[in-house]
Amino acid sequence: MNQRLNFTHLDALESEAVLIMREVAAECSNPVLLFSGGKDSVVLLRLAEKAFRPSRFPFPLMHIDTGHNFPEVITFRDYRAKQLGERLIVRSMEDSIERGRVVLRSENQSRNPFQSITLLDAIEEFGFDACIGGARRDEEKARAKERIFSFRDEFGQWDPKNQRPELWSLYNTRTHPGENIRVFPISNWTELDIWEYIGREQLEIPSIYFAHERDVIVRDNSLLPVSYLVQPKAGESVQNMTVRFRTVGDMSCTCPVASHAKDVGEIIAETALTRITERGATRMDDQTSEASMELRKREGYF
Amino acid sequence: MPVVENIGLDHAELLRFITAGSVDDGKSTLIGRLLHDSKSIFEDQLSAIEKTSNKRGMEKVDLSLLTDGLQAEREQGITIDVAYRYFTTPKRKFIIADTPGHEQYTRNMVTGASTANLAIILIDARKGVLTQSRRHAYLASLVGIPHLVVAVNKMDLVDYSQDVFNQIRDEFSAFLGELGLHSVEYIPMSALAGDMVVGRGDNLDWHTGKPLLDYLESIDIEHDINTRDFRFPVQWVSRPQTEEMHDFRGYMGRIESGSIRVGDAITVLPSGLTSRIKEILFFNDRYDTAFAPQSITFTIEDHLDISRGDMLVNGGEPPRITKEFDAMLCWLSDQAYDSRRKYIVKHATRLVKGLIARIDYRVDVNTMNHEDINSLSMNDIARVGIKVQQPLVVDTYTQNRGTGCFILIDEVTNNTVAAGMICNS
Repeated sequence: MNQRLNFTHLDALESEAVLIMREVAAECSNPVLLFSGGKDSVVLLRLAEKAFRPSRFPFPLMHIDTGHNFPEVITFRDYRAKQLGERLIVRSMEDSIERGRVVLRSENQSRNPFQSITLLDAIEEFGFDACIGGARRDEEKARAKERIFSFRDEFGQWDPKNQRPELWSLYNTRTHPGENIRVFPISNWTELDIWEYIGREQLEIPSIYFAHERDVIVRDNSLLPVSYLVQPKAGESVQNMTVRFRTVGDMSCTCPVASHAKDVGEIIAETALTRITERGATRMDDQTSEASMELRKREGYF
Repeated sequence: MPVVENIGLDHAELLRFITAGSVDDGKSTLIGRLLHDSKSIFEDQLSAIEKTSNKRGMEKVDLSLLTDGLQAEREQGITIDVAYRYFTTPKRKFIIADTPGHEQYTRNMVTGASTANLAIILIDARKGVLTQSRRHAYLASLVGIPHLVVAVNKMDLVDYSQDVFNQIRDEFSAFLGELGLHSVEYIPMSALAGDMVVGRGDNLDWHTGKPLLDYLESIDIEHDINTRDFRFPVQWVSRPQTEEMHDFRGYMGRIESGSIRVGDAITVLPSGLTSRIKEILFFNDRYDTAFAPQSITFTIEDHLDISRGDMLVNGGEPPRITKEFDAMLCWLSDQAYDSRRKYIVKHATRLVKGLIARIDYRVDVNTMNHEDINSLSMNDIARVGIKVQQPLVVDTYTQNRGTGCFILIDEVTNNTVAAGMICNS
């Protein structure tokens, strides 16, 4: 009985996520797990290990590479997939651009909105009927209203007012050919839960999540990392600061926060006290309009 | 202002609750107050609702805007059924299923309530017990929510009168007794002023009970799950088929109720074959015991034919193995029940074809009266008889939530059209 008393919220969240992954494996005919190398998908991989070891995963991993990812994250992505001995599919936005599926106005603009096109093409190419992703409901208010098994029509679109009721743990995984389901096993996790789990499971994560020195530009109250994509405009100056990333996305619009957190324990302490949401602090593309995430989701985004 | 230090502790428990009530009862303000006073609102969220409050000419920040909807909802004047919100205190992590009050209330509340440990029913102190309060309580009892908080809100508008509170409590408790709801806490409060939500405030000194958050943090939820009857629906069978694990067969799933030890006897249903638990595994860990609601992997002593959809059980009351059962059914779809269509029953980890063989009556959720009907449409709650093509291993919902519930899926549209709770025939 003592064991039961030690059943924490992390155990409850873990058990729910494992149940969800096993449902996908059992009921969907051709699932895939979206793995970017970011912290949420690192947690997904550990949950998949818990769900399926000692067997191999009953699905491959896939990354939609915008070509604007931080190199540390890409290195980590390949390292972790190899370490697990699981198959990693990479589909790149460069291919979509070459084939004319994606047309950019400028080389430096954020590529986040266009990921959907490459993703939908990859879903069609492989015939995936379920994509397991690491989105969380605490990230954004459109996500707060999305199901764990989120049905997408044959155009990959999310219709917020036409979602399947989701009761108990009885997930409806059924699709017609051409349709697919996005599955979010960590829907009920918060940013703090993610960090506590990474700490508890001693998971490796890309180095840029920890405090490091970096050249940044201060713009619109955000810190922009200097790279070949982001250069100072007239009147702006470059500062070298000690920062870490709370989220790792497109290099042109993912901003670090000032921090001296060197390890997961220090990140947990900061996260517990932080006063700004993860996306509010770090994603310029989500600040553009109050409904920007909702619009992107309706077009096929995760 | 009283606040709770929002620090992370990895030994907190998880409690899921639902708030039942409409905007008029101050539901959004209550949720906003809980999030705000427990420091779960972030600065960028707060500044966004400050801007909106100013735009609308309000003097104070309107906390109810925190639960404001999506662009699709605003544009189309619709409300999406359930939104989930999260907050953490040092003692517990909370998940709120926030369901809108007015339209399609039955469907939304049943959906949000299906996983909840607790429901907060809001009553406006000025209006007292209304039809909708009874409806909310009935739905909470139907879906088997173990604990109820009756939040008598807007006490500031009745001069914090103890008499008003007592009168509401006495009237409502008589009704709740009839429904068989036993774990009920009455709390007078003003969500607007912050009295008895997170802090006690200065205006309700006569109330000796706990403020809402204290109560949510301390209520015993360990016994919400049936601890007596071991039920393990097999979700997935692991067969690595590598050289060193040639004969390994791991039965994977989540324990829905009860607990089990290595060496315990188990029966596989519906086949009735028996064996013993050999190992309890989870990734790199090995356990002597396992209990609900753990997701786990078992190996057993004997080589039996076990696959997804089977259930391992042990001890206690045996479940029923049946192709016919009675249930309370909540119709969720805007397409009415059509006896010519084919439906699929999903129960535990089994999918079988099924049909509604009989509709006994519909419950009027406002009066609890029974009515004769021939069909089922959205928001109807009815007692029905279900027939399925293959036997299911079932418990009654009151005995066992996890193995007493099912959904109906329309075979053509693939939509989830109804939710059912199995009862005694």
